[in-house]
Amino acid sequence: MRTRLAGILGVLVLACVVLLSGCKKSPEAPAPKQAAPAAAPIKVGAIFSITGPASFLGAPEAKTVEMFAEKLNQAGGVNGHKIELLVRDSGGSPEKAISLAKQLIDEDNVLAILGPSTSGETMAIKDICQEGKTILLSCAAAETIVEPIAPYVFKTPQKDSDAARRIFETMKELGISKIGVVTSNAGFGIAGGQQLAKLAPEYGIAIAISETYDKQATDLTDVLTKVKSADVQAVVNWSIVPAQSLVAKNMKQIGLNVPLFQSHGFGNIKYVEQGGEAANGTIFPCGRLLVADVLPDTHPQKKLLAQYKNDYESRYSEAASTFGGHAYDALLILTEAIKKAGSVDGAKVRDAIENLRGIVGTGGVFNLSPTDHNGLAKDAFEMLTVKDGKFAIYQK
Amino acid sequence: MNFALFVQYALSGITVGSVYAIVAIGFNIIYCTTGIINFAQGEFLIVGAMTAISLAQVAPLPVAILGAVLITTALGAVVELVFIRQVRNASVLRLIIITIGLSILMREAMLHIWDEQVRSLPYFTGTEVSTVTILGAHISPQVLWVLGVSAVIVTALTLFFRYTTTGRAMRACADNRMAARLCGVNDRWMVTLSFMLSAGIGALAGCVVSPITQTQYDMGAPLAIKGFTVAILGGMGNSMAAVAAGLFLGLLEAFVVSVLPSSYKEVAAIVVLLLILVLRPSGLFASRDASALRAA
Amino acid sequence: MMRLRIYYPVLAVAALVVVLHIVLAASGNTYYMTQITMSAYYALVVIGLCLLMGYAGQISLGHAGFFAIGGYTVAVLTTCNLTSVRETPAIGLLRSLGLLVQWQDLYGREILSFQPWLAFLAAMLLTVLIALVIGLPVIRLKGHYLAMATLGFGLIIYRTVLGAKTFGQADGISNVPAFGLVGSLQVNGRAPFRVQNYYIAWVAVLAAMVLSLNLIHSRVGRALRSIHQSEEAAHSLGIDTYRYKLATFILSALFAAVGGALLTHYNGSIGPSEATVIKSVRYVAIVAVGGMDNLWGAMIMGVLLNFLSLRGVFGSFDDAVFGAILIGVMIFAPQGLLRVPRLRAVTSLLPRRSHG
Repeated sequence: MRTRLAGILGVLVLACVVLLSGCKKSPEAPAPKQAAPAAAPIKVGAIFSITGPASFLGAPEAKTVEMFAEKLNQAGGVNGHKIELLVRDSGGSPEKAISLAKQLIDEDNVLAILGPSTSGETMAIKDICQEGKTILLSCAAAETIVEPIAPYVFKTPQKDSDAARRIFETMKELGISKIGVVTSNAGFGIAGGQQLAKLAPEYGIAIAISETYDKQATDLTDVLTKVKSADVQAVVNWSIVPAQSLVAKNMKQIGLNVPLFQSHGFGNIKYVEQGGEAANGTIFPCGRLLVADVLPDTHPQKKLLAQYKNDYESRYSEAASTFGGHAYDALLILTEAIKKAGSVDGAKVRDAIENLRGIVGTGGVFNLSPTDHNGLAKDAFEMLTVKDGKFAIYQK
Repeated sequence: MNFALFVQYALSGITVGSVYAIVAIGFNIIYCTTGIINFAQGEFLIVGAMTAISLAQVAPLPVAILGAVLITTALGAVVELVFIRQVRNASVLRLIIITIGLSILMREAMLHIWDEQVRSLPYFTGTEVSTVTILGAHISPQVLWVLGVSAVIVTALTLFFRYTTTGRAMRACADNRMAARLCGVNDRWMVTLSFMLSAGIGALAGCVVSPITQTQYDMGAPLAIKGFTVAILGGMGNSMAAVAAGLFLGLLEAFVVSVLPSSYKEVAAIVVLLLILVLRPSGLFASRDASALRAA
Repeated sequence: MMRLRIYYPVLAVAALVVVLHIVLAASGNTYYMTQITMSAYYALVVIGLCLLMGYAGQISLGHAGFFAIGGYTVAVLTTCNLTSVRETPAIGLLRSLGLLVQWQDLYGREILSFQPWLAFLAAMLLTVLIALVIGLPVIRLKGHYLAMATLGFGLIIYRTVLGAKTFGQADGISNVPAFGLVGSLQVNGRAPFRVQNYYIAWVAVLAAMVLSLNLIHSRVGRALRSIHQSEEAAHSLGIDTYRYKLATFILSALFAAVGGALLTHYNGSIGPSEATVIKSVRYVAIVAVGGMDNLWGAMIMGVLLNFLSLRGVFGSFDDAVFGAILIGVMIFAPQGLLRVPRLRAVTSLLPRRSHG
């Protein structure tokens, strides 16, 4: 008994030592959000789902912010301060996001947190950041992130409702009035489905059938057969990979030859490649990054998009996606606000964010305000289509 | 529901059902010879498909698939030799836990070797938009490949176990390992062989469904769960029953979608699993006495 | 007298907890307490699972499901907004009985929901009920059939919380209020309450340890161990193996639910990720590495491994680490790390009394 007790105590002490030594130590008491000395680096935290089920979001987002921060620092930083980026991998898990957020706020005293990548994680840390008075610039799409508005919480992706509106407008032009909606059961899919259901009546479009499938589904022929039997004139799919290409392929295979509309989650050429021939003809709203090459030179976003695309693709040897763009916009908004506020005081930067107008980002041109913590409107979207395996601007 | 619609649902069900059946057969082979449930079975399918996809970039498709099957078979052998054989006096439970750990490790390894992107093999015949019409229903030609390959695998296995010496030796091990050893059967080699066989047919199945289902590093676990359900439904160790059970589950899921919201599809399989375990754990087609060790 | 000796480690750990607090406070690192607190709640699940796996010998691949039941019940009851129906007779009755509470959330919205203590009780009751319903048929199963059945149960819980609107579907439930215990003590994740919650969590863990130690050193515990060794033998001695196994199953479910409920209040939210198969497997891995029937090992490893994982120490290899642990322990040290003969050799070097 005694030796067992001693053994246990020994391990406990060891455990404590590991606990304490395995962690970074910060030498002094928590500092206020102002970095007092003139050239002190600005600490910016980032929580992304670099691995795990949302890694197609988090991996490009992390790469983008690292690239962007490096570029800024090489040019001398922001207002003379270098950016110190603390990127953390939440693995798509909300509990980890909570733990990492508290760590970044309480231990590392970051000015702001970029991300997280998914809505579930963002909602989990929304209150934490608000109470910790730390700016949160989320790269997740849910409307609930900015409704109700929390003064310190912002998001950069475009509104789902705007995406739905653009889809419906295009449908009206095509004379479509009866559609089928299929969504994945992930947060993005459910939110999209809700927006579609809410806005369809406004455009006189009837949703004849609406089905939710599992995000890990490997075959959707049964769900699409059900949609086919409802005699719809078009199908809207609101999901992320891998279902997007699956829906396209299955539709053609079972002979459901009606127009397919996707959500703005279709923002990567890889999904087109996955869908092969079946992806041709897909219509979807998206940020202009994917068609940066064909934008007219006079377009306000052209220069930024072309530059981001080139930088990303040459550095990482993979196609740029709109998801990475959301992270770019987040860091952009932060640095613009710091410049505008002329200080790194948390409250002042936050106020500055709310007053940013005309900021050209990858997702669109941002016009933030105290009542709009997203800043993008319907025109941030361009209706795109797929022609011969490439993205093209949709023309009627 | 008109006839064409019915056939459409049925074909959809049979397609996924045959994949479940192959996974279940993979379980059965290992279970028969060792009594272990190999939780990493689903991973073999994915490793096979991923390897084939990589090889297909440098070799013609049939060569790539063959290469992938061989590599995965070798992997099965390695898994058995390195992990399973080392464990002495292991309780079945401990071995199950080891295979769970293996499935996680394999998944993570795939993630780090191949990354998280979705990939797929090219369609064996036709393209993403090809379609053939059967009895009024439209399907991709790849579906016929899946059904064909599944049938070939099942037939080949049945013949193997019934008519070849090695096959019969494996069945002997399954029935009574000690007795088999006394008859001169190298039972440890049989165990390795069973892993190799399961891995090989898993890889082949993974390759043939890859164009339809696409392949991503984490698809192994959900497949494995459906595979167990089918294996238990048919009765552990009974491969013909696994085929029937697999088709049954596939059809059930497809027709559940036709009448209920499709979010109930996933629940159907779990409910079936729980009902079987509670009501008749030996499976639908097994007789009550110790036929749990019957192979193919 | 013999009985009291088993509680010495509890006192030792309690003392260590206090010492840790002092050390952290002195070095200005009290923010580590957040993750220690979270880990402690996960350790509750592990302790219960250790009782089930190590002492009753029943594997469970679905214990995250009970954690989720505890957490989601509490979340739903404390965030459901009854303001729109507050004038109906039923709700009016509940209000007059003091079972409801009106509060304002962070955005100034008025919410009328159930009292947290009531929600907690409801969660416990629901857990016992579900554990009973599941356990009755499932405990009869053996070996891999039991593993599959518990896996199936965990999956059903996961699919339910993922699919149902009440449970927030994929995004889960957030804005969960604090849980007021006594006076100004509350289970609350905000910074001012950090130290308080650190102690609340450890009190919960140590209470669970005391309960478990009590159990395993009692007649029930001995019966359990005999069942684990050989069920037939125990049965032939007249022990009602079925009832004992079922009781242990329910108790372990309860521990998990308490952990879930308290952590949900602490985090202010819960999501379907807490009910996944991989979470259940992690709990099993932790019990295995601590030593299947070593309660202290389970507790230590529960806190340690979860702490490291939450801090992101394992980086993108998080799941891989647990997978490797599972395999490593099962192959090399099936008795758990704290029982390996080498460790015995080390501890035997320490001075001991003559009657050991």
